[in-house]
Amino acid sequence: MSAIADVTARPQREVTAKGYLVCLTGIVWREGLRFLHQRGRFLSALVRPLVWLFIFAAGFRATLGVSIIPPYETYILYEVYIAPGLMAMIQLFNGLQSSLSMVYDREVGAMRILLVSPYPRWFLLVSKLTAGIAVSLLQVYAFLFVAYFWDVAPDSHWGYVTVLPALLLTGFMLGAMGLAMSSVFKQLENFASVMNFVIFPMFFASSALYPLWRVQQSSELLFAICRWNPFTHAVELIRFALYGQIEWTALAVVSGCSIVFLLAAVFAYDPSTGLTARRGGPDAAK
Amino acid sequence: MTVRNRLRAPFAALAVGAALSVLTGAATPAAAGKIFVTNERDHTMTVLDSESLKVTDTIKTGRRPRGVIASPDNKLIYVCASDDNRVEVYDAQTGKMIKTLPSGPDPELFILHPSGNPLYIANEDDALVTIVDTAKGSVVAEIPVGVEPEGMGVSPDGKTLVTTSETTNMAHFIDTDTKQIVENVLVDSRPRFAEFTPDGKFVWVSAEVGGTVSVIENGTHEVVKRIEFKIPGVTAEAIQPVGVRITKDGARAFIALGPSNRVAIVDTKTYEVKSYLLVGQRVWQLGFSPDEKKLYSTNGNSNDISVIDVESGKVTKSVTVGRSPWGVVAIP
Repeated sequence: MSAIADVTARPQREVTAKGYLVCLTGIVWREGLRFLHQRGRFLSALVRPLVWLFIFAAGFRATLGVSIIPPYETYILYEVYIAPGLMAMIQLFNGLQSSLSMVYDREVGAMRILLVSPYPRWFLLVSKLTAGIAVSLLQVYAFLFVAYFWDVAPDSHWGYVTVLPALLLTGFMLGAMGLAMSSVFKQLENFASVMNFVIFPMFFASSALYPLWRVQQSSELLFAICRWNPFTHAVELIRFALYGQIEWTALAVVSGCSIVFLLAAVFAYDPSTGLTARRGGPDAAK
Repeated sequence: MTVRNRLRAPFAALAVGAALSVLTGAATPAAAGKIFVTNERDHTMTVLDSESLKVTDTIKTGRRPRGVIASPDNKLIYVCASDDNRVEVYDAQTGKMIKTLPSGPDPELFILHPSGNPLYIANEDDALVTIVDTAKGSVVAEIPVGVEPEGMGVSPDGKTLVTTSETTNMAHFIDTDTKQIVENVLVDSRPRFAEFTPDGKFVWVSAEVGGTVSVIENGTHEVVKRIEFKIPGVTAEAIQPVGVRITKDGARAFIALGPSNRVAIVDTKTYEVKSYLLVGQRVWQLGFSPDEKKLYSTNGNSNDISVIDVESGKVTKSVTVGRSPWGVVAIP
């Protein structure tokens, strides 16, 4: 009894701004280390878009042909067209993989350590998102570096700078989407299989591989689906930013979706109201 | 984004270099000039502002305008109105037609003597080169050449004229004083264009069907090099060299490759193709800006011109003009 009394009598540690920063840094650092130590993950994150760039685009460069559409001011090769889509694909994969690690953490119990911290749940999720975005930026710039030697580069080298805010926002949206989705799945296996049902439809039903006017020529329905697909807007936001321009519709859609997905994730992970609570908390999978 | 085949410097260094180039570029704005583009199927000539690349005027010409050149003082624009069998002369500033010159039947390409007079015209249908005095507006002489003459090049000293005959597959070397053919040089199939190097030692002749460019020594009339082109993902049949332009320093040649939609950049010393630039469809003729910082290509099937930054070898913009743009000339 005396031991319990000691614990309850201990003054509660104050949650300071510095503490928030320590928490954020810790989560980002952990995610970064995890990414760097998983060389297979790094390689696959790099190789996947490069395969699309080197093989897929090479095969189609002569047959598809791309007309002049904004932000381009002249004719471009197919690999140049699909580069922004591949950058978004990297972030989509990363967003879902980062969330996959949440499911993993939940399975192995590491999440409990995180969830018992005194910081609000939304902050923990945003920290997790920030970590995911940081990792995705590493991957995207590594891809751009290799693509540069393949003669795929923006008109101006400033494009590498102007694309950064767009990447932050699209990384946020796709990461938040992954977080919201991860709350629904109990086990790794479920989530891994669902990734295929999310990534491929989102990727193919977008402007990543072909301009939407081409999609419209073949199917109005598919064209409408592509336009409603937030991934399309993520791709276009990146595409325009790479050329120092802002695509306002894409910016609005990506910003709006980011907020909605984040709110959904916060709600889903809320211990009192969320889906995790309904399933009996983080340990429900065990 | 562009295609270049050279090793790149590290990213950070390039970013700094780009920043510097932006700063220096902003400090020296180029003076605006005019670009004239003949539209073969519209029977018009589009005028663009070379700075803004906006269309400022569309001039009605004779039927089927093709070859277009400027006088050495850049005050006059000469246009081959092929189906009207005449050369039209326009005021470069006002865009008004001043006069017409006799040209012989079906004039396609022509070239002015470096002094600005006379004008040498290829008459495709009659296998002739017609020499016209631009001041008097009269035909000075007609020189029979091979079948379907088209390409016209004159040496910088004005002593040698070269015309290419598409069906005879020859480059005819003509002495401009005697007005006689001094040599016929066999080249590859369907030669389209002849361009002298600035030192006058060589003439480059493109062969549309042959898919090559022959470099012929002016003194010996020997073909010293046949340049071939190979573009990944593009069939050999689509590679059809037409327009040729060589920089004033004689270091680089730009060659329009027709339906391959590419312009090749060739090192004139090694004859090595340095890169292929993607432009519009069926690129036909080329023309430098007066300061040689830009090169314009006419893209016949996509109804536009592409603007190439000569120094960086990048295509920066494509601008819609009339239907089937054919020839292009730029003045300050």
